[in-house]
Amino acid sequence: MTLRIYAIAYLVFLYAPIILLPLFAFNDATIIAFPLSGFTTEWFQQLMTTQALHRAAQNSLFIAVLTALLSTILGVCAARAGAMYDFPLKRGILGLVMIPLVLPEIIVAVSLLVVAVQIFDVGLSNWTVIAAHVLICTPFSIAILNGAFQNLDPAMEEAAMDLGESRWSAFRLVTLPLVMPGIIASMLIAFTISLDEFIIAFFLTGANPTMPVYIWGLLRFPASLPVVMALGTILVALSIALLTCAELLRRRGMARVGLKDKGGFI
Amino acid sequence: MVSPPLIYVLLMLAFPMGAIILFSFWTQEFMTLDTTFTLANYREIWEKPIFAALLQRSLFVSGCVTLVTVILAFPVAYFVSFHVAPERKSLWLFLITIPFWTSYLIRVFLWKVILGYNGVVNTGLIKIGLIDEPLTFILYNVNAVIITLAHAFAPFAILPIFVALEKIDRSLLEASQDLGESKFTTFFRVTLPLAMPGVVAAVLIVFIPTIGDYVTPELMGGAGGKLVANMIQTQFLALNNAPLGAALAIVAMICVTAISLLFVFLNRRWLRGRS
Repeated sequence: MTLRIYAIAYLVFLYAPIILLPLFAFNDATIIAFPLSGFTTEWFQQLMTTQALHRAAQNSLFIAVLTALLSTILGVCAARAGAMYDFPLKRGILGLVMIPLVLPEIIVAVSLLVVAVQIFDVGLSNWTVIAAHVLICTPFSIAILNGAFQNLDPAMEEAAMDLGESRWSAFRLVTLPLVMPGIIASMLIAFTISLDEFIIAFFLTGANPTMPVYIWGLLRFPASLPVVMALGTILVALSIALLTCAELLRRRGMARVGLKDKGGFI
Repeated sequence: MVSPPLIYVLLMLAFPMGAIILFSFWTQEFMTLDTTFTLANYREIWEKPIFAALLQRSLFVSGCVTLVTVILAFPVAYFVSFHVAPERKSLWLFLITIPFWTSYLIRVFLWKVILGYNGVVNTGLIKIGLIDEPLTFILYNVNAVIITLAHAFAPFAILPIFVALEKIDRSLLEASQDLGESKFTTFFRVTLPLAMPGVVAAVLIVFIPTIGDYVTPELMGGAGGKLVANMIQTQFLALNNAPLGAALAIVAMICVTAISLLFVFLNRRWLRGRS
């Protein structure tokens, strides 16, 4: 019983900042502090008319969509290879691919910055951010897709090939439908991570900032804080919606390959 | 089949890592890069006390964050694994991971609102009458950095411990109690040693990345709470001294790796010493 109370208190601790967000977003005062003074939707209206914000949002969406696609493709390759084939150095290679998960993000950021600017002299742009985001999102994609691929019976694809399908059409007609929920879950997670990522984007973003970099700029000006709260409320609501979809799909995928749900993405 | 992700990691991670190692042996004079091999950057880090102080503080903060996070996380992982009905486990894990994936920057900023001079904690405590003056030791110093980072990395600690606890064969616990151990001693002599791989994974997965965070110390740390990642960022972006920043990043990585390896080694010895 005490454990349950502790666990619930812990959840409250986890959600404390997120619960405050909408309170201040609708609060009719320019200072972010209690007591609340009144209800307003002014901050949301300001969001609608800020051009710089719309550009940052477009950039972030572009980066997040491409990151989601690319990291999921790489994730499918790795998860499929891990589940279905044996090859030399398998454990080492699969371990290496997961390394960005534990690497300090600033290391990823500065090393890619040095390579992009000093060695290849390509200017910083959305593409440099995408390259880095694909790197850090791929391990998450692999972790999710492993769940989808692990209990897939390789015999099913072989049977399709024995019955005259090519290697690709066997994959497309047999395996792909079975792992589809996992693929979509992986894309949603990668999208969410990329949309929210700041530490790396701050180093690698070009002339047009991404959304978190734009927010970072706003945090310096006390007058713009209520607008940040409004923006944050929208972003949190969006992330929760996306993550809920990802979770539901992941569960459906597990059920589809006949796996008992062990819970959790990782 | 595995080659596309492997090539990508080699291209985007191994090659850039090699590049910053090379870079750290060069020097920067205003706009020109001097590519003669030199240890000057490492000598500067060794000789100027500010770098040693920053590194020490960073390792201390990462250590505290790891300790706090893992100790707070273990009971939650234990609760979900042992006391939650199987069909509701994934709901609990989902609830635990959601905050981790939402608006990192804004979450850190909101801790400022919670811990600040007129913040939620202070106004709350004054209203109940527990304190007369706002507490000042919880914002713009190392404590604030530790609280915020412990919050940010919580799910990272819970998940590996949960996975390790799930793997424990429940009949072992019954056997231990049949053989006369109490619930308490069963936990320390059976459950905890078996959960150790998860605890080790949790420690590493929290300790290593926290060293690379510059957002939390920047927003929460005040003047005395800056960490080594802030210095790396400054060297690269503001001071335009990328080689020194690269050397600093490498030194930080080496320290973190060495401490992690030492931890894993000590843990192995401890587990072996018990059996």
